[in-house]
Amino acid sequence: MLSRSDRSTPNEPDLLSADARVHAEIERIVREEHGRVVASLARRFGDLDVAEDAVSEALLAAVERWPVDGFPPNPGAWLTTTAGNKAIDRIRRESRRDAKHQAAMMITDDTPPEPTGPVEDDRLRLVFTCCHPALAPEARVALTLRMLGGLTVAEIARAFLVAETTMAQRITRAKAKIKAANIPYRVPEASDLSERLNGVLAVVYLVFNEGYLAGSGDDPMRIELTEEAIRLGRVLRELLPDEGEVAGLLALMLLTDARRAARFAGGELVTLDEQDRGSWDRTLIAEGHALVRECLERVAATGGRPGQYQLMAAVNAVHTDAADARDTDWSQVVALYDQLMAVARTPVVALNRAIALAELDGPDVGLALVDEVALSGYHAWHTARAELLRRLGRSAEARTEYDAAIAATENPAERAHLTRRRDQIVR
Amino acid sequence: MTQYMLAVHDDGSDPYAPDELQTVYDTVDKFNQQLQADGYWVFGGGLKPIEAATTVDATGDDVITTDGPFAESKEYLGGFWIIEAPDLDAALKIATEASKACRGAVEVRPFDAE
Repeated sequence: MLSRSDRSTPNEPDLLSADARVHAEIERIVREEHGRVVASLARRFGDLDVAEDAVSEALLAAVERWPVDGFPPNPGAWLTTTAGNKAIDRIRRESRRDAKHQAAMMITDDTPPEPTGPVEDDRLRLVFTCCHPALAPEARVALTLRMLGGLTVAEIARAFLVAETTMAQRITRAKAKIKAANIPYRVPEASDLSERLNGVLAVVYLVFNEGYLAGSGDDPMRIELTEEAIRLGRVLRELLPDEGEVAGLLALMLLTDARRAARFAGGELVTLDEQDRGSWDRTLIAEGHALVRECLERVAATGGRPGQYQLMAAVNAVHTDAADARDTDWSQVVALYDQLMAVARTPVVALNRAIALAELDGPDVGLALVDEVALSGYHAWHTARAELLRRLGRSAEARTEYDAAIAATENPAERAHLTRRRDQIVR
Repeated sequence: MTQYMLAVHDDGSDPYAPDELQTVYDTVDKFNQQLQADGYWVFGGGLKPIEAATTVDATGDDVITTDGPFAESKEYLGGFWIIEAPDLDAALKIATEASKACRGAVEVRPFDAE
């Protein structure tokens, strides 16, 4: 981190780069601290709008002051204090205009400034508010990225390929509903926690998937979204260290993201069996494997049943454990999909199980199972059919399926991959 | 505390089988008593069918009184509760019980406190 001594004077030759460094550092701090500061202000003032506006003002002040004064010893505390003062200023201004706000003048922060423990962290309250089931799913995603992730409305709009005004409206409407309907700013009761937590994890996983295999747009992958999802996953893990599904989701994202560099080559998607396994990120894989082991131990100790994220993470652990695609322990993959079918029986899980079973029992068995899954129009279903038909020597049918798969995806890298596969088939 | 309306909609068809009706009356009655005992109750009741509605419009020079509902719709308000709850989570819990008791979907709407 930069300190006062790093400050450049106009005579120094690296003035520009120092300036750029300061701004990069400010951006890093903002990302790191935004959720915490908004959460603490939201708790103190009981109003997301007040919190968000005050934090924006504090960030402007930081951008102005820090390059001149140097970084404060505790930037998070500086932002919280500054934003708190801005919020009080605003409430004072408004209370002068409006007698109803007089009571708000009384507000004092009587809570300790430092969180007393992970569960007391205000960010946990905030995430449950942002992912409340009474909000529309796309609003949950947007609010979480805005409030917890500290992404700007423009950044979120760009990531989801919608107009900035549309995204701004979505967020404004969600905040208005939180206020009007009195959606609480609270961690749910123990009896509701696991269901509500599933809603939170679904939001984070949706952000990850939207980044990992972008459904539309020119980029095959939107790294800012996968990175943000992993960061949110780490925050949740820090806040709820004993929740198996939280660990499972983080492991799943890490083990998937570890293969990022190998997934695209020359603008084309590279499938798991053809990936350069030497380019997989070993650090992320080690971290993911450790989390999966921890989940297994927890399940063994408590006698519980692992949830869907833990099982999907375990599938990815098996894949990333194989030095070569031919070494993949398919019987274990199938066994995990069997368990997954028991806890989350969805067509996509059934499809993946069928694909894994084809590796174990042959393409004819796999194809029969794929055909039972009602996913016509879904690109991965057509791709699975195309590959299995090809292995069975049914070339003409395989070609038709590749065409259907290409038509069903807008991801440019996936289209390039499928087009090449299709064109390998001799007419 | 926030006041919420829990609204039950009715599509005009008989929602309950004849032998079911008494059970629903009983469970709703029990639910209402619980609401009162817990201090959430403000008001509540079922409405007569939409054929009993009259619309009055005094926005113009003349008062216009018409037989029937304000807007033609497939579904009309069939009954409602007004409750007072600490927040939406509490209201949603009550709405869950309300939905089970009356065997219909329940719409939860906060009152404008301004």
